Amino acid sequence: MASNPYFPIAILFFAALGFGLAPLGLAWAWARLVSPAKPNAVKNAIYECGLESKGDAWVQFRSAYYLYAIIFLIFDVEAIFLLPFAVAFTGLGVGACVTMLVFVLLLAEGLAWAWAKGVLTWA
Amino acid sequence: MAVEPDLKIELGKQGVFVTTVNELYNWGRKNSVWPMQFGLACCAIEMIATTMARYDLARFGAEVFRPSPRQADLMIISGTVTKKMAPQVVRLYNQMAEPRYVIAMGACAISGGPFKQGYNVLKGIDRYIPVDVHIPGCPPRPEALIHAFMTLQAKIETQPLTGEDRPRHLNADAMSEFPIPTQGAHDLEPPSNSLVWPLPAPASAGECG
Repeated sequence: MASNPYFPIAILFFAALGFGLAPLGLAWAWARLVSPAKPNAVKNAIYECGLESKGDAWVQFRSAYYLYAIIFLIFDVEAIFLLPFAVAFTGLGVGACVTMLVFVLLLAEGLAWAWAKGVLTWA
Repeated sequence: MAVEPDLKIELGKQGVFVTTVNELYNWGRKNSVWPMQFGLACCAIEMIATTMARYDLARFGAEVFRPSPRQADLMIISGTVTKKMAPQVVRLYNQMAEPRYVIAMGACAISGGPFKQGYNVLKGIDRYIPVDVHIPGCPPRPEALIHAFMTLQAKIETQPLTGEDRPRHLNADAMSEFPIPTQGAHDLEPPSNSLVWPLPAPASAGECG
């Protein structure tokens, strides 16, 4: 058992588990045993900024936000992939360049689509 | 008191330190009061100054300003309480952890102050919640807030754990939820909490330093 190369990892795993669970357990025990509980309806409300809670905490965000996600993806992902491509450019073959071109054009198509849809014009 | 004060001093000279559970408990409580991070008006600036390096409220164990009422047990009413804000103040007070204390800081918080004639100003927060320490001033200097804090500490220190004057969290009958006023047509409804207002006449004069 002790000769198993994964044995230290198992030890570390349980140590990490204890490290996380012990404070939680202590806090729970402290709250159960020592802390003075004096609950009331207002104290048990979910919102704690002085205002009354209205509605549900499970709200949906507008699906129109997907536009921001697309625009972000175009520029962010493009930059991430273009940088290593540019660094390794001198050592690359034709195949790699064509692949990259297709990738960039796909993203450019997304940008053109957003442009045509009028997303880029600020109200 | 289990140990005579004289005997305690005598024993202390011999290197024997005695204490009681009551003293130890209150010593811990008075040095770990966590105020709520909650500023209402200009007095809040003085309250902020009190927590900063120059006045250093941390010396009294109260530097942990909590942004949630759930983790705070001291509410410093720092400034004018408008009638629009009063329900929120009472609601936050209801949400605070026990045992909870209130310092009414400045002329506005204790009486309405210079805005007392204003139609929109509450004439003192102790109409709705019990206030432990009042500090006059417009605004009170940080020293005054520290003095109020030390007064509160002295109050916590002398609270017995049993009997009539025991702290609220040890008293199962102590009121937990204070009624939150609502906006009426001309004033808050009700205009005051009859359980805490009007204040009882002070028991002994010259006690509050």
